[in-house]
Amino acid sequence: MVESNEKSDKTPKLSIKDLSIFYGKEKVLSNVSFDIFENEIFGIIGPANSGKTSFLRILNRMDTFVPEMRFEGEVVFDGKNIMEWRNLYALRRSIGVVFPLPVGLPMSIYENVALSPRLRGIRSKGELDSIVERCLRRAALWDEVKDRLNVLGSLLSGGQQQRLTIARALSQEPKMLLLDEFSIAVDPVTTMKIEDALKDLRNEMTIILVTNLVQQARRLANRTAFFLMGEFIEEGNTEDFFTGNVQDPRTRQYVQGRFG
Amino acid sequence: MTPKPLKNTSDTLDFAWYLDKAVEKLVFLGGISGIIFIVGIFIFVFKEGLGFIIANMDIAEFFGNPAWRPTSDEPTYGALALIAGTASVTGLAVLTAVPFSIGSAIYISEFSTGRTQEFLKILIELLAAIPSVVWGFIGLSIMNPLIIDLFNVPIGLNVLNAGVILGLMAAPIMTTIAEDALKAVPDQYREAAEALGATKWQVTFNVVLPAAKKGLMSAVLLGVGRGFGETMAVLMASGHSIHLPTSPFDSVRALTATIAAELGETAIGSEHYRALFTLGILLFIVTFFINLTADIIVRGKGDR
Repeated sequence: MVESNEKSDKTPKLSIKDLSIFYGKEKVLSNVSFDIFENEIFGIIGPANSGKTSFLRILNRMDTFVPEMRFEGEVVFDGKNIMEWRNLYALRRSIGVVFPLPVGLPMSIYENVALSPRLRGIRSKGELDSIVERCLRRAALWDEVKDRLNVLGSLLSGGQQQRLTIARALSQEPKMLLLDEFSIAVDPVTTMKIEDALKDLRNEMTIILVTNLVQQARRLANRTAFFLMGEFIEEGNTEDFFTGNVQDPRTRQYVQGRFG
Repeated sequence: MTPKPLKNTSDTLDFAWYLDKAVEKLVFLGGISGIIFIVGIFIFVFKEGLGFIIANMDIAEFFGNPAWRPTSDEPTYGALALIAGTASVTGLAVLTAVPFSIGSAIYISEFSTGRTQEFLKILIELLAAIPSVVWGFIGLSIMNPLIIDLFNVPIGLNVLNAGVILGLMAAPIMTTIAEDALKAVPDQYREAAEALGATKWQVTFNVVLPAAKKGLMSAVLLGVGRGFGETMAVLMASGHSIHLPTSPFDSVRALTATIAAELGETAIGSEHYRALFTLGILLFIVTFFINLTADIIVRGKGDR
């Protein structure tokens, strides 16, 4: 259970207006509009193929990897339309992403986490050490790996690798963190560890959590949006979603597990 | 009340951004210069060859007449025998090289392990580095008497000799590329198939080879391209006499060998000189299409 945010008089960290996403001529998501604020976890739920991942890809301009992917509408992050950012890399640096299947870069645990700070120009060993420790602690991985930081990141177990990628995302000091079905390859115990870590991280940044697990959204998200087959159905306070206080009957059905 | 927009402080053009742009320009320069060199060579060859094509060439004679007599009083420029020579030698080379190279690629990638695998890989790469004149030497001094003895023919410098030599020469490169193609097949496929209880050969034949099909085809085609353009070994092993071959024991002359042997003796700008460049254009076009086909196969969209 989480408190809902008082949002009326706050400035949104991320503001989305009439966003539609296309692959070539095919529309995969239409007419998304909502605001997301600092220090909240915003959940996005919906069955497979609903456009959730495509939505995340737009936010940090990963559409550039897919030639035929494009979008219409307006996405304003940190006070600036994402299409008007002059430095695409600075945009990506301020948005951390955690993918469904962890991708440990082919280097040691330490180097995985120290890479982004190094790219920012941090050279001092002491400073890097403390960043690595802090990020690994916040991702609930430090205790398990502190004695073998020089081991290849890809040799960790699936759940550990996923926490490593979270630590790595934190090392870039993002203002917003995108999590795409992070628990898909992770055991329940690790999932709980990560969820606890996310609750703490909420105090420092904006988090968008895409998940297949309706109950996970309930545990973590302040507000939730429901996507269905490329359509944005509605968004609202998470508690309202689970107490049946919704506008669209499809949302109620999905949340109650009647389809999906 | 309407909230005032956030002030953005992150969107700055930092050193990394400028470096990225600079490197992008530099790399572009590298890429474009490669294209310029290719186009330059293309223009040079075509400039010399086109003069002949426009002024002197009789297309029917060029492709239909086996008589290449550039130095006779009434010169004829029939390239048919040369084309047939190159085609027969290359064809035989492919027949020789494909079983060897696909076989050893499969052995190295799928069946051998540890030291054997490492050793074989190094050995194959070493084979690929043998200079073509050494292969020609082997054709001249080892294959030649061998063929004379074995088949009881008067001369051992012929299609068979050149084809086999060229095949052995192309095999290591084909093997290396084919092995790369097999290695690119993800291990999960092998594991999934072996978990079904499939034998090593069943896994290889039913799962790995189909998955690597495109890579293997392009390996063969690149080998063909290599054989097609090879000069020295063919010059030494083929007998270098103008014939339309009717059996593997006929001596032939290849397009490449003709250019190599005659270009030094012609006057620059003469008809003969230009005719040789026309042969060059022909080689250029054919290798271009072979490489293009290999490329299309690798990217191929049709089947997957």
